[in-house]
Amino acid sequence: MRNITAQATAAASQPSGADVAVEVRGVCKMYNDVEALRSIDLDFPVGKLTTLLGPSGCGKTTLLKIIAGLIPATSGEIRVNGKVVTGPGPERAFVFQDFALMPWATVMRNVAFGLELKGMGKDERQSIARKYIAEVGLTGFENKYPHELSGGMRQRVGLARAFAVNADVLLLDEPFSAVDEQNRRKFQEDLLRLVELEKKTFIFVTHSIEEAVYCSDRIVILSRRPGRIAQVIEPDIDHNESPDAIRRDQGYLDTVEEIWQGLKRYVD
Amino acid sequence: MVAPAHLDGSSRAVHPPEASPLRQRLARHRASIFRIVSIGLFCLAWEIAGRIPISFAFPTFLETLRAFIEMLLDGSLIAAYGQTLQPLVIGVAISAILGVTLGIVMGLSRFSEWLIAPVFVVLQAAPMAALIPLITFVYGIGLLSKTLAVIMLALPVIALNGYKAVRNANPSLVAMCYSFQGTWWQRITKIIIPDASPVIFAGLRLGLAAGFIGVILAELLITPTGIGDLITYHRSVADYPEMYAAVVSIILVSTLTLAALEAFELRVLRPEKRRS
Repeated sequence: MRNITAQATAAASQPSGADVAVEVRGVCKMYNDVEALRSIDLDFPVGKLTTLLGPSGCGKTTLLKIIAGLIPATSGEIRVNGKVVTGPGPERAFVFQDFALMPWATVMRNVAFGLELKGMGKDERQSIARKYIAEVGLTGFENKYPHELSGGMRQRVGLARAFAVNADVLLLDEPFSAVDEQNRRKFQEDLLRLVELEKKTFIFVTHSIEEAVYCSDRIVILSRRPGRIAQVIEPDIDHNESPDAIRRDQGYLDTVEEIWQGLKRYVD
Repeated sequence: MVAPAHLDGSSRAVHPPEASPLRQRLARHRASIFRIVSIGLFCLAWEIAGRIPISFAFPTFLETLRAFIEMLLDGSLIAAYGQTLQPLVIGVAISAILGVTLGIVMGLSRFSEWLIAPVFVVLQAAPMAALIPLITFVYGIGLLSKTLAVIMLALPVIALNGYKAVRNANPSLVAMCYSFQGTWWQRITKIIIPDASPVIFAGLRLGLAAGFIGVILAELLITPTGIGDLITYHRSVADYPEMYAAVVSIILVSTLTLAALEAFELRVLRPEKRRS
């Protein structure tokens, strides 16, 4: 396990060697008088799952939405594949905390919605959607409506919709927070399988330390408001092991404990 | 989650397999049976109240029913509706198109909200019956005045409902559409209007109900035509069963039209509600 403290080395948040999918340069965000984020510099390597972790109100979702182009930064810039972004783009796809599924549309139409907005023909987009519906394990539910699905299944729809537009970067905003614990574990395992399969860059916001350590290649810990990078941790989890073995692994448990010790002071 | 409940037989516990086909059919149509029983009880209470009698001007249910059938057969009821429906249909159609459009525009733009919304808030609060003589003053006693009366009652509630529905469109869905690079037009047509449609339709139902009030008020206050004429005439010659039949018929027509609108909404706009 490599553990890097950001304050110690300025270059630490820029992983050496690996290609960079998303660059965050000097991003600050003010909500009126409240400073949400202070000069964030961060690189997200291609094909890795990076988690933004921090106490509630640390601005991790704000940072994710700035990367998504959903809200503007007060200063600083975001580059995706080297290009500065000013709004949402086809190279990024967002998975919403509250799923953001259209209640009047079937699973099929919801999954294909990103393609529908691009003006793709019905047959073509439905065959793509069908593939990703199968990939997230929802085959047979194509003609169901969101209210007929459980929370976990709804978020699978949200995930399939993000996969279907074939973006390079997937942004997940606390995707499991509205999913119950048992479904969440299953979902995390499925997500890791999809990370492996899809070879995309994932940026993942969570407040669960276990989830962060279990899923991520890199964990970026933000401090309490104003959000700054407190620490970058690369948990070296061998995902070839079974999920249950990982959850009992000493390295895994130590990393969870270490992050908790670091975050404890922010919790009142 | 639902399937195991069926497997372990709990669904059979509710409908035992040895139940007669009649009983099963009753269980299936329970909601509509209760509805019919409710109406039947009301008619029975009416019949009893008419026979006590409460007032010599209060006919029994059966007398009213006889009068209703007679008026239906001699064509007077149909002719009356031919007249009443004209201002109603024109007025409600104009109110629906104008109201929904204005409501959506007000919901989307702050500027038009400031410009238009106050007018409708005032119109909605104003006692319309007091304004109808003014319409007569300006536009006379013809179809135009009656149509205007319908519009004045129906338009504000349709426009204000549309405006509130669009203003309260789910921000998360709007953000979703934005994040998938939906255009301004796609955002309105694919997210905001479908999301707002239940409240817009609630406004249309209220507007239609208000339209019925408007047309009857107009026919009673401006010049007696159509159903308003039937009511006024039969009251003046003390044909109370006929008068009640006319009143009940307009209530029936209004209720059935509203129910039809609701069924249309479920069928066309919100397919997911049909299964729940």
